[in-house]
Amino acid sequence: MSKASKSSKEPLIHITKRKTMAWQKAWLIRIASIVAALIVCAIVTTSATGLDPFSVFSKILEGAFGSERKIWILGKETAVLLCISVAMAPAFRMKFWNLGGEGQVLIGAWMTAACMIYLGDKVPTPILILISLIGATAIGAVWAGIPAFFKARWNTNETLFTLMMNYVAIQLVAYYIIIWESPKGSGKVGIINQATNAGWLPSIGSYQYLLNILVVAAVTVLMYIYLQYSKHGYEIAVVGESQSTARYVGIKVDRVIIRTLLLSGGICGLCGFLMVAGTDHTITTTLAGGRGFLGVLVAWLAQFNPLAMVLVSLLLCVLSRGAGEISTAFGLNQSFGDILTGIILFFIIGSEFFINYRINFRGSTKAVKDAKNAGKEGGLH
Amino acid sequence: MKKLVVLVLSLAMVFTCVGILTACGGSGGSEEGSDDSAMKVGFICLHDENSTYDLNFINGAKEACENLGISEENYMIKTNIPEGQECYDAAAELVDAGCGIIFADSFGHEDYMIQAAKDFPDVQFCHSTGTKAHTEGLDNYHNAFASIYEGRYLAGVAAGLKLNEMIDNGDITPEEAKIGYVGAFTYAEVISGYTSFFLGARSICESATMEVTFTGSWYDDTAEKEGANKLIGDGCVLISQHADSMGAPTACEKAGVPDVSYNGSTVDACPNTFIVSSRINWAPYYEYAIAAAQNGEAIDTDWTGNLETGSVVLTEVNEKAAAKGTQEKIDEVKAQLEAGEVHVFDASAITVKGKPLDSYEADVDTDPDYTPDTEAVADGYFHESEFRSAPYFDVQIDGIELLDTSF
Repeated sequence: MSKASKSSKEPLIHITKRKTMAWQKAWLIRIASIVAALIVCAIVTTSATGLDPFSVFSKILEGAFGSERKIWILGKETAVLLCISVAMAPAFRMKFWNLGGEGQVLIGAWMTAACMIYLGDKVPTPILILISLIGATAIGAVWAGIPAFFKARWNTNETLFTLMMNYVAIQLVAYYIIIWESPKGSGKVGIINQATNAGWLPSIGSYQYLLNILVVAAVTVLMYIYLQYSKHGYEIAVVGESQSTARYVGIKVDRVIIRTLLLSGGICGLCGFLMVAGTDHTITTTLAGGRGFLGVLVAWLAQFNPLAMVLVSLLLCVLSRGAGEISTAFGLNQSFGDILTGIILFFIIGSEFFINYRINFRGSTKAVKDAKNAGKEGGLH
Repeated sequence: MKKLVVLVLSLAMVFTCVGILTACGGSGGSEEGSDDSAMKVGFICLHDENSTYDLNFINGAKEACENLGISEENYMIKTNIPEGQECYDAAAELVDAGCGIIFADSFGHEDYMIQAAKDFPDVQFCHSTGTKAHTEGLDNYHNAFASIYEGRYLAGVAAGLKLNEMIDNGDITPEEAKIGYVGAFTYAEVISGYTSFFLGARSICESATMEVTFTGSWYDDTAEKEGANKLIGDGCVLISQHADSMGAPTACEKAGVPDVSYNGSTVDACPNTFIVSSRINWAPYYEYAIAAAQNGEAIDTDWTGNLETGSVVLTEVNEKAAAKGTQEKIDEVKAQLEAGEVHVFDASAITVKGKPLDSYEADVDTDPDYTPDTEAVADGYFHESEFRSAPYFDVQIDGIELLDTSF
């Protein structure tokens, strides 16, 4: 009980898990972190480029929202990212680390392109769209289902397996681009069925991107309901918490894993379909453009809540569209926009740490109390 | 209950965000049109200044606008625009911003530029390196290129002189005069480029041969570096490239192998190995097309710049790496090309599988089956870039060995 022994045991900084924080306080921390991020961005902007940070910020917003067309483009981009993030949600909630979004999107896109190229002049467009949709969703599901099957059956590492499936998809697409390219040797497929529009999704009125946005909005809401209120959603949550508990209460874990990944991959395949049939009408190996991985980040930041993903993916797309705008307006390299995005993300992720944990300095008695409470409440969640 | 609160809150956030920002945006749009009377000019680039290819375009754009007195507020350059729907979006945004003429720089932008040209008939769309303008039949869609094969040929002359110097010094035997070439893709633009370069080199060094490797990408620093290293490992004693990163030139500098560059001088990064570079100067075309659009005159469907228009240029020769007398020889051959005394694709200098090239049906009108449609050999030479601006010479001639054609 001597003073010396006590101080040698207790470190200067002591991190404890917080009790659940009141949502008002949590949001206060989040908003404060964004303000702090903007201040750091302003300092970096001024010191690195000599530009007025407020004009840079307003250009970022202008790049995202500056005209009706820009808002539509933002909506289209957000829909793609949101769709992939939503697809990741059930798998991640189950603690199945699906890093194969990139490949699942690409393989769906590949199937859609194949249908448009080979069946473009053989079947009428409504049927072609239906075939592409089913094909793309199914192959996306298979692409995620293969690693899930191996995980369920032989407990293989899903992180490596899903990553590997990305490369298989990229190589497959690269191979078919050489078959489909026009002119030969150029490595470009170009717009598929540009003259006939066969297999293209229709525009709603004059709004070219509206259909994609509506489809993704519907998928997002359905996924929220599925995860929150369905029996499947509950099973996913239980398997994610503890596979042993799940088995004990009679959940067939293998079946849940495979079923959930079929869903996850299917939605990614749908995303590939929307991109090829709905907007881009071409296929390249970079069609997903890293968004399969960005979707993982969105899913985590939104804590696997599909509705929160709307906000996060919107934020990321605003930043990315803004980055393009400032490179045009100020002649800055696009990388500068990426630096700002990095700073903002760093602060947002950092804020989650302060929401979940408390930092205690030596001598604080509250720390002990909190630690005890955390212990009572049980493990991480 | 708590979830419901979060839900309501999230939705409220979304709506307020969108609301506030849309309001911001609404006022932002009108600020741009400070000088409504002047027609604005838009440029769309695949990559940014880090790509030698795009840098060459960006420099051309700036030079042309400066020469025409177009102020910085009145031209916009959009960089890092992929060859997908993003290109259409970028073009449409430029139209919204008041551009009366829009240029795009990459081959894969073409279909999206055509789409935009159909949707915005009052705006002129000009696409460099494309092949479809002469068959699309749109009044406001145009292709442009330059007779860069002449520039490549002259660069090849410099390479041939260097090979001869190495032979004379006893560094290599005449049989070892093998050139390496890092190409991007296997279609006419690249084939025409490496063939003209090779013919230029062989016009000086008769024993020259060449190996070509392909990366399957226009910009892949690693693949281009690896490609150059592989060629050097294969015994190539001089390298040139047609891909847009610094990969091949820096690999050459490291290995101490001379390099004939493309798109612009790489002498700063490669002071010991850079010989010379050919490039297309886009400024003359941009000036011509912008002036025509300003005056409401028609722009050529296919425009091909050449040595005379100043569209095909060579950089300064790096005396440190080049053979003696390189500049003089280049000037001499250039004069012969301009006078029409020498033709790059002289049929008498070309054999295909041992047979002379006396007839060749080229695929000038792009179609999915690559159907050859136009006889290109006449008067003893292959007529490149005459039936359309983009190259269509895709003959595989003797003396050049292709590696990795399926990437």
